[in-house]
This record gives sequence, C-alpha cells and structure tokens, in this order.
Amino acid sequence: MRKFWLRLQYTKWFNITKDGLFKENPIVVAVLGICSALAVTNRVENAIAMGLAVTFVVTASSLVVSMVRKVIPSRVRMITYMVIISAFVIMVQMFLEAYFPVIAAALGAYLGLIVTNCIVMGRAEAFAVKNPMKYTFFDGIANSLGYTWILIAVAIVREALAFGTILNFRVMPDTWVNWTVMALAPGGFFVLGLIIWGVREWAQNFEVAAE
Amino acid sequence: MINLIEIFIESVLSRNIALIFILGMCPLIAISTNVKNAKGMGLAVIFVVFLTAVINYPIYLLLEATGTQRLSILVFIITIATTVQFLEIFIEKVSPRMYNNFGLFLPLITVNCVVLAVSQFFVNRSYNFAETATFSLGAGLGWALAIILLAAIREKMENHSVVPRGLAGRGIVFIIMGILSLAFIGFTGLSFF
Repeated sequence: MRKFWLRLQYTKWFNITKDGLFKENPIVVAVLGICSALAVTNRVENAIAMGLAVTFVVTASSLVVSMVRKVIPSRVRMITYMVIISAFVIMVQMFLEAYFPVIAAALGAYLGLIVTNCIVMGRAEAFAVKNPMKYTFFDGIANSLGYTWILIAVAIVREALAFGTILNFRVMPDTWVNWTVMALAPGGFFVLGLIIWGVREWAQNFEVAAE
Repeated sequence: MINLIEIFIESVLSRNIALIFILGMCPLIAISTNVKNAKGMGLAVIFVVFLTAVINYPIYLLLEATGTQRLSILVFIITIATTVQFLEIFIEKVSPRMYNNFGLFLPLITVNCVVLAVSQFFVNRSYNFAETATFSLGAGLGWALAIILLAAIREKMENHSVVPRGLAGRGIVFIIMGILSLAFIGFTGLSFF
C-alpha cells in the first residue's frame, strides 16, 4: 500500500490534481475568478450550483481547446476560445433554466458571466494549448474543484452568519441575531480575505519574502 | 429626465458595479498598485463599456426580432472583442500619446466582466436606449472611481502600515474593498428630489 502511494506521488496526473486543488489553487493563490466567488456565495446551494457549472465549462472547453490546439492560428486564438467557452456557457444556462429554475434565477446574470471568468480563459491559455487531452482533463477537473471548494467554504461561513442556516438547516441557536452585512457584498470581501490569510499561513506560501 | 439622473447616480454610487455587484475583480486587484495605472485602466473601461453597450443595444433588438436571444452572450462577446481590437488599432494610429496612457490596458478589457455584465444588465432590466447609454456611462465611471480609490489607499499603505505576513499583497486588498463596500452601501436611499 505504501509503495503504491509513493509511486502515485510521482505520476504526472497526481501532481496536476494536487496543484489545482491546493498548491496553485485558482482563488487563494492565483486570485482568479473572484467575481463569482463573492457574488453568489451568500447561500451554500448557489455556491454548489455555480461550482458545478464552472467545473463543466472549464473541463469541456479545455478539452475542446486541447483537441483543436494544432489547428488554431495563434493570432486568432483568444476569440476562438471565447466562442468555444460561450457555447458551453449557453448550454449550462439552458440546462439550469429548464431543470432548476429557482437556482438559475438566483444566479441571474452571474451565470452568463462565466464566459469572462478568468479561470476558464486562464486554463485554456496556460494549460490546454500546450498539453494533450488526457492531462487537460485532469487539469480542468482539479482547478475547477479547487475553485468549488473555496466557494463552498466561503458560502458556509456567510450563510451561517447571515441567516443562521446551512443549506436551509438551522445550525445557530434560536437566540442568534442575523448579521445582515454578511449576506451583502462586504461580508464576501471580509470572509474571502480571512480565508486567504488562513490558507497562506497554513501553507506557508507568502507573497512577500520574510525578512 | 429625472429617471435618467437617478439611474446615473445609482450606477455610480449606491449600486456601484465594482463594490456592490462585485464585478471586474481580476483587473481591479491586479492593476490597483499605483494611481497612474489605475487612472489609465479606469479611463479605458469607461470608454469601452459605453461604446460596447451602445453598439450591443441595436444588435440585441435584431436578435429579439429574429427570436435568437439565447445567443446573446456569444454575440455580445464577439462584438466586445472586435470593438476592443478596432479601438486599439485606431488609438495607436491617431494618438500615440493617448495609446501610452491607456492603450496598453485595452487587450485586458476583453476578459473584464464589467463590459459583458453591463450588456447583460440592460437586457435583464429592459432599459430603453437612453437608459442604456446613461447606465453604461455611470457603471464605467463607478468602476473607475473604485479602482482609483483602491489604488490611492494601497499606495499610502505601502509606506505607512504594517500588515500581517499572510495578508500582505492581495489578501489585504479584500479587507480594504470590504470597508470601501460598506461605505458605498451607505449611499443607498440617497435621493436629490
């Protein structure tokens, strides 16, 4: 078992996954895709829906970009990514509107704005154009799950403090007074700032060199 | 007319697109390290947001007439990319000085969510043409205001304050933006009439 674990640590796909989830987490370390991370995280269910939508778009669009990477002339590559990405975003939008209209209404315009989420574009440009499809698949999944878990973490803190519930289950005592500010924009900024601080302290990964 | 003034003030202050709707965060955090760059980026955003909203409005009417609103995102993003590309070439040829001031930020704007968001908001709120133009101007100004405020605060902080190691860099920017956002919420309910 231990031998298997050691061998696993040296495979390429294991490292890609680890980087995406923790070491190079798109939100905490690279600080990409913040808009939706803050705007839709006042309820855990919205965070989960947003995370899954982004996971689908990143994985699918990276795969397609990787598939056609040798055919796209590099001068027009940005606009090609844009067309590919927005096609997938429209699919997600139609799917959610048809099967989960309540969540689609709560996400509103932010669902369409996945197109300009820097993570999607960033993965296409930084990884998918240079790598074969099988690694691109792991990279897309790992990065978007790294994004999703931070989104859910922020949403749990905000929903518990702002409404006293998590996924609509009461977690706070009945005497709890709701912190309305946590449901508004400032709450998102503060919680994400503190989470970034926590993760950086824990991973000992700082932006400025220690004196 | 009063309606238009209200939309304008609302989009600059109480419904500020950067601090209340939390849009365009990537460039807001990346380029707010000094005031000079922040001004350039702010100007470029005001310009592009206004121009693309005005161009996208008739295009959306056309989509509506043919019953293909579903494709609006795809069409908007292509319009935006094309407009930005043309603007870059145009400014580079006409005024190299202006190009040095803010032309460098133009390519970054295609992936700035503010631009697409403004085009989506006028659809969702069913604005008419005059309202769309006013709203887009206000939204651009509001974003520029936010980035310049943030850059000024960061510039001052660099020399005068001690920040915990884990928060230094981008972490502290979130705390600053949170406080700024609280201040902008204070504008809610502001009315002049």
